[in-house]
Order: sequence, then structure tokens, then C-alpha cells
Amino acid sequence: MAMNTDQLSPELFQPAEREQGAEEAVSRKRLSYWQDVRRRFVSNKGAMIGLLLIVIIGVMSLVGPLMNDFTYSDQNTDMMNISPFEKIEGDYWLGTDHLGRDLWTRIWYGAGISLLIAIIAASLDLVVGVTYGAISGYMGGKVDDWMQRLVEVLVGVPQLVVIILLLIWLEPGIFAIALALALTGWVNMSRIVRAQMLKLKSQEYVLAARTLGANTRRMLTKHMIPNVMGPVIITLMFTIPNAIFFEAFLGFIGLGLRPPQASLGVLLNDGYQMLQLYPYQCLLPATVLSLLMFSFNLLGDGLRDALDPKLRQ
Amino acid sequence: MGRFVLKRLIYMVITLWLIATITFFLMHNLPGSPLQNEEKLPPELKEIILKEYGLDKPLPVQYVNYLGNLITGDLGNSYKYDGRKVTDMIMDGFSASATLGVQAISFGVVVGLILGCVAALRRGTWIDSGATVLSVLGVSIPSFVLGALLSYYVGVELQWLPPALWEGWEYTILPSLALSFLVIAQIARYVRTEMLEVLGQDYIKTAKAKGLGRPAVIIRHALRNALIPAITIMAPLTVALLTGTLVIEQIFAIPGMGYMFVDSIQTNDFTAIMGVTMFYSFLLVVSIFIVDILYGIIDPRIRLTGAKE
Amino acid sequence: MSVTKQKVEKILEVNHVKKHFKMGRNQVVKAVDNISFDVYKGETLGLVGESGCGKSTIGRTIIRLYDTTDGEIRFKGESTRNLKGKDLKKFNREMQMIFQDPYASLNPRMTVADIIAEGLDIHGLAQGEERRQKVTELLKTVGLNEEHADRFPHEFSGGQRQRIGIARALAVDPEFIIADEPISALDVSIQAQVVNLMKKLQREKGLTYLFIAHDLSMVKYISDRIGVMYLGNLVELADSQELYDHPLHPYTEALLSAVPIPDPDVEKERERIILKGDVPSPINPPSGCRFRTRCPKVMDICAKETPKWQEVKPMHWVACHLYQEESLKKEEGNKNK
Repeated sequence: MAMNTDQLSPELFQPAEREQGAEEAVSRKRLSYWQDVRRRFVSNKGAMIGLLLIVIIGVMSLVGPLMNDFTYSDQNTDMMNISPFEKIEGDYWLGTDHLGRDLWTRIWYGAGISLLIAIIAASLDLVVGVTYGAISGYMGGKVDDWMQRLVEVLVGVPQLVVIILLLIWLEPGIFAIALALALTGWVNMSRIVRAQMLKLKSQEYVLAARTLGANTRRMLTKHMIPNVMGPVIITLMFTIPNAIFFEAFLGFIGLGLRPPQASLGVLLNDGYQMLQLYPYQCLLPATVLSLLMFSFNLLGDGLRDALDPKLRQ
Repeated sequence: MGRFVLKRLIYMVITLWLIATITFFLMHNLPGSPLQNEEKLPPELKEIILKEYGLDKPLPVQYVNYLGNLITGDLGNSYKYDGRKVTDMIMDGFSASATLGVQAISFGVVVGLILGCVAALRRGTWIDSGATVLSVLGVSIPSFVLGALLSYYVGVELQWLPPALWEGWEYTILPSLALSFLVIAQIARYVRTEMLEVLGQDYIKTAKAKGLGRPAVIIRHALRNALIPAITIMAPLTVALLTGTLVIEQIFAIPGMGYMFVDSIQTNDFTAIMGVTMFYSFLLVVSIFIVDILYGIIDPRIRLTGAKE
Repeated sequence: MSVTKQKVEKILEVNHVKKHFKMGRNQVVKAVDNISFDVYKGETLGLVGESGCGKSTIGRTIIRLYDTTDGEIRFKGESTRNLKGKDLKKFNREMQMIFQDPYASLNPRMTVADIIAEGLDIHGLAQGEERRQKVTELLKTVGLNEEHADRFPHEFSGGQRQRIGIARALAVDPEFIIADEPISALDVSIQAQVVNLMKKLQREKGLTYLFIAHDLSMVKYISDRIGVMYLGNLVELADSQELYDHPLHPYTEALLSAVPIPDPDVEKERERIILKGDVPSPINPPSGCRFRTRCPKVMDICAKETPKWQEVKPMHWVACHLYQEESLKKEEGNKNK
């Protein structure tokens, strides 16, 4: 706005009124830490796709087998090896296997079992791993030294080999497989937890809590554990597909669940025998398996990005 | 550095001892195991068998003998295939498995490296997205699924390559390919991440400012530094590979160690199971040890202080 | 404020304190090696030195984040070594700390209100409505708004976070505050804000500060007395003005010569003392006087004997052979041989 110099008066040059506290105003909408995380997560397309797929498969594993009249173990010798593309009466939407069992039911049921095993294994893994790692990291000193020595030895033990040995000994069953998986896998989680604990122990806000006089319970519950959850959740997201993979593998080499039980591994094994003649029997469970693992990986990556954008991979 | 090597060596030995002990006790407690002493056989025959397998001695003595034999490399006799030494059986299979493994690693590392670099350099283009998708797929689709698919579609349907057996050089292509997929995926992903980080660093800008041509910059500076952390994933990768060979050998009917292992499980050949377990563990522990040493050589912090960060 | 010994009481006494850290097998980092000084009630004692000289370590040792390896610390006349239970709680309320990194000193998962009120919660000083009021009051004291209480640390700037940290320390009504490089991570204009706030609070609440920093000019602004540290030792301690006008220790002289003076004429005439060499490692400090490897006035005796910490003028301590009569005599003696 152009003004003539005679229009300029001294009053115009008085300091403008500053709104009290205006310079301290925080402009962003108030967001808690977790809300911020969720916002980042939701905007990650890959992660959302992964989550969606997992939910779909999860729901189908519960609902799918109920959608037609067959159970996962019903055999029908008249209806063996029917491909999904054949027009035939009855609800054999995905065909049947070599014993006449409906594949639609078996596949969804099997997916559910695989997920169940994976979740049990991951939970056990979580409990043991987090406890061990937290104690080791928090206590520090000699306790930590000795606990870590055990970890060093266990790390060299090949997971697969021990799982196989354990299963030869234990007799495969849902819980046995989950147990074997957890017993060999907890070491990874404990390492992550311990690393995080060590990092937190020297963070200044933890020191501040100490100078304020916080007791151990408060330190752990308010300061340490909430800040450990991030990496723990991420690790969990990768432990699950790992468990699914191992279970499938075990099924594939004959150490999986006994018939007529179904899991993705068992289905793969059954289907593999028929690969040349009836490829769909193997391809269908393979697709579901791959989708599951793919989704968990996407989910895990998405969570990692959402929880700490600085770790962006 | 010396202290570091010594420490890892000791851990290696302890780990192997632990596995040997677990294996020993598991095998001795399995129902139906010949080592269990419950065979319903005429006593004289039983005597002979027991003597042959050294089972007539008390348990602790058996254990010590077992350990002693292990150290000398004697893995005992196969239970199912009379007279065959387990060690021989393993050695027969080893060449096949080793070929498979080495091919998979070499191919995988080279392709993975190239893919990762290209993806990093051409960030955001379809090459990058393609590489990323490939990586995720490689990590998600289990190698045995891939192997089965390759064997069936490329081997049987298209008949471009033999789908199974191990009778010549062409037979190694499909299985190695299937196995290498995981390697490619992991390495490409890792190299891409590291390259991206390195390329953003100041010293790269300095090199460019100095007038260094692009290829020289990439090779001399970026690649070297991006490679170093990649060694860290060689350890878990080796593990995954060993796992993978077990299955691939099944699918492609390759007479390797993995095949033997599965076979011995299915035929309840206990001495063989124990033997292969020990051998696999030994291989794994040694590879991890080598990778640790390599890493120690490269990371000066370890060399100088003997401690791992 | 210049201090005379008799009239004002000592609130903190540090006597021959050592703090050593074990690193690996045979290596010990002597972060703090025999330091003695007193802090008087109501004053601000500044502690300066390069990175790694041990100033943060001594701060944390005083507040008992670390235990002393040797030596004694007395707070308000009582030894702090074996405080437990109620006494420890009392100690936690009377002595507080402000930390250096505004981005790491606040728990990202907690609201500002919870962060500030943590001291109140731990000691059961206020609940419910009273707690909320106290938090509001504290926020206003440090120049923030009431509505900030429900927000999270990541929504604030560095300067604001430091102020939240100050509010947290003030919540328990401490008498003594150790400020461990509270402004080093802030922009210069914000530094002034925070330091002025601290001065204001000191006046209003009668606080005593131990102000640890590496920026000499800022330290002079806020401190009544200044101590200079080098590689785990105190080398000089005096009133601020006295230190500036009459530095005794060669290290102090070098530090002062590096502080720019906002007067171009004076600057033109000044000569910077540039120390040769690098700071030696605290694992293997030089024998005798630790500064001798870089001292422009080094003598032979400096390598053989550690200089004593002596009050060579009223309220002006220094540890240097240049001011020790016997050392000078010995040096003379050696020269004449």
C-alpha cells in the first residue's frame, strides 16, 4: 500500500501489540504419540494392504469352513481329485484332494491352524524373550554378563535342526510345534529388548526420573516398557510369518500335523504329491501361504516406518 | 583381535557341545530307538547288536565315547543301512549340497548386489519399485513353493530345463535358482537401503565436487561403504540357505545331505539323524564364525578393542 | 555477588572426589580425579571445561546418578554417600537437575502435565485439582501457557522443552539445582531466554545453581564464581570477575583468549593463545600436571609432581606449579645443576 511520507505519523511506529502468549502457541492439532503413529501407519498403502489381507484371511479361516456343509476331514471316495474348474454338483468351490476332502474347507481351516500355531508360538516367544531381555538389560552388570553368555551360546544353535529334533521327540501337535518354535526363537526377541533397554537406561528422561526419586516399579512401567513396545511389536510382526514358514516347512517334510489335521504345511505336502496331475491342490494353499507371509512383511515394514520414521528402510 | 577370535572359538565349541549333548539325550530317550534297549529279540542277537553299537556300556561311558568319536569325526554306523558309516553317507551327499549352496550364494549375491545398486541409483523409477516388489516376494514366497513351481512349470510344462535329479550341469540350474531367490531378495533390499544412505552422505558430494566421474564415485566410494554392513546379513542368510537346501533337495530329488536327512527321519535311522544334525550344526556354527571374523577384520573397532559393538 | 566465607553457609561440599569408570579389561577412565570445591547457598557456581573434562560426570555424581569411587560429598552438612529411604527422598526433593538435550530429556510418551508433575506424584505432594493447579502455575512460571499441559513433547521447540524441563525440576521446590549444559543445544537467542529465566527464578526462589557449560561468556553472565576443569581436575576457581581480570592458570588464560570481545579495537590488539597438541585421553592422562603436554609455560617439575590445589589469593584457588613456592625453588635448583 503506497503512502505519502506526510501520511506517516509517529504513532504508526509504536511497537505492535503482541498477544500475550501468542509466541508460545502450538499450532498443530493435539496428537498423542500413539495417535501420531497410527496416522503415519494408515497413510502407508502397503501396510494397509497387508493389514487388510491378514484380516480377510483371518476372518475366512473362521468363517470359510462353515460356509459349506463339508468338514475338513470328510472323505468322499466318489469325489476325489476334482478340480475347481469342473462343473459338478455340490459346493466344491475349490475342488477336492486325493481323498475326496473339500479343499475350500480344508484350506481355510488349515490357514486358521497355521495362524493359530504362529500366534501361540509368537506369544510364548514374546513372554520369554521380553522377560529375559528386560531383566538382562535393566539389571546390567554381572547379571547381564552371564545372561548374555547363555544367549551367545544359544545363538549358534541352528533353529531348524533343534525344531526337528524336538518334534521327533515330542510328537507333532499344534502345541508341540508352537512350543518348539518358541523355544528356539525367543533369543532373537530377548536381544532386541535388551538392546532397547540399554539404550533407554542412559536416556536423559530416564535419568531425570531417577533424580526425581522414582522407584523401580515406576521406572519400568512408566518409562522403560512403553518405550520398548515399539521394537517388540515390530519384531513380533516378523516372528509370525517366520513361524508360519517353519510350520509349513515341517509339514512339507513330514514332521507336521498328522492326518486328517490340516495346516498349510500339511496341505502343501499333500498337494505336492499330486503336483503333476492336479497342480491346483498345491497351488491354492501355496497362494494363501505366500499371501499371508507377504502381508505380515508389509505390515511389519509399515509398523516400523510408523513407529520411527528415522528408521526408514 | 586375537582375544576376539578366541572368544568366538570358545563359544563355538560350547555351542557344538550343547547340541551334541541335546542330540544324544534326545535320541536315547526316544521310544523305538535302537538305543533304547527294548527290542524284542532273542538274547544272543540282542547281545551282538548291543555290542556293535556300544550300547552294553553304562550311559555316561557311552556319552563320553560319543563325544570322543565326534571329535575324531566318527559319526557311527547307520542303523538302517547296515555297515554304512554315517560319515561316508554325509560326504556322499555333501558335494551335491555344497554345489547347490555355492551356486545359489554366488548367483544370489551378484544379482542382488546389482539389483540393489540399480534400484538405489534409479530411485523412484519403475526399476526401483520392481526391485522392491521382487524383494518382498522373495522374502514371502517360501523357497520350496518357488522350487515346486519352477520345477513344474519350467521343467515339466515348458521343458526348458530338467525338473529333477542330478545328472549333469543343467540339472543344477533350477534348484540353484530357486534357492538363490531368497538371497537376491535379502541382499538387494539391504544393498539398496545402504546405498541410498551412503549416496546421501556428504563425502559423496565432496567426491562429485572434486570432479570424480559418476561411475568412479559409485564404485570407489559408495559401493565399498555400502558393502560393509551387508556382511552382517551373511550370517542369517547362511542359516536360511541351509534350511532351504533341505527342501529344495526334496523337490528336485537331489541326493544331497538334506535329502539324506529327511530320508533318515522318515526311516527312523537314528544314528544318521544324529550324525547329520551334528554335521549341519557344525557347518552352521563354522560359517557364522567365519562371518564374525570377517566382520571383525573389516570393523576396526573390533580389531582394536576386542569387543563387539 | 561476591562471597565471604564467614557470613554465608555452604550448601554443598565436594571433598577429594574421584569417579573412575572401568572400560573393558584393564582400562580405567579417570573421569573425575580428585576434585574439591564448595558451593555457597544462594550463589551460582559455574563449571567450565572442554568436552570430556569430567564436568558432566561430577554433576551426575553429586546428584547421585553415579556413586563416587572415592572422596566425600556433603549436602547441607550431611554426607550423601549412604542415603536411603526417607533421607534419600528428601535429598531428591532438595536437589534437582536440568539436562542438556531437550530432545532426550522428556519422555515422548507422557503429556507435559505428567512430565512436570512426576516429582509431585512420586513424593505425593499434590493430587487431583491441586496437582493441576500446580502444573499450571509452573507452566506460567517458565513462560508457557496453561493449554500446553495436555500436549506431548514432540510438539514443542527446543527452547520450550528446556523450559518444561526446568518446570519439572522446580515442581518439588528444590534448593539446589545442577544445570548440566542446559543451553548448549539451543540457538543463541533462545539461550538468552532460558538463562534469563533461570536468573529470574534464582532471585525469586533463592535457588543455588551449579551451572555446567563450555561457553565461557555465557557462564560469566550467570555465574558468581567460576571453576575451570581440565581432564578430570579442577585447575582454577575464583569469582567471575577476578577470573576474567586475573587468570592464573595457563589453561584459563588460553580459554579466555579465545572468547571474542565485542569491541573491534580491543580484539585487534588481543593475541590468541593457541594450545599445541590435542587433549590427551582420560584413560592414560599425563603424569604430574595433566595440562603439561600443552602448556606454554611448562617446567620440568610439571612432569614429576602433581600441583597442589591451593588458595593463593583470598577465594582464588589454582593448581599450578607456577604458584607453588617449593616447586619454583626446585625448578631453580634444577636449572643451576
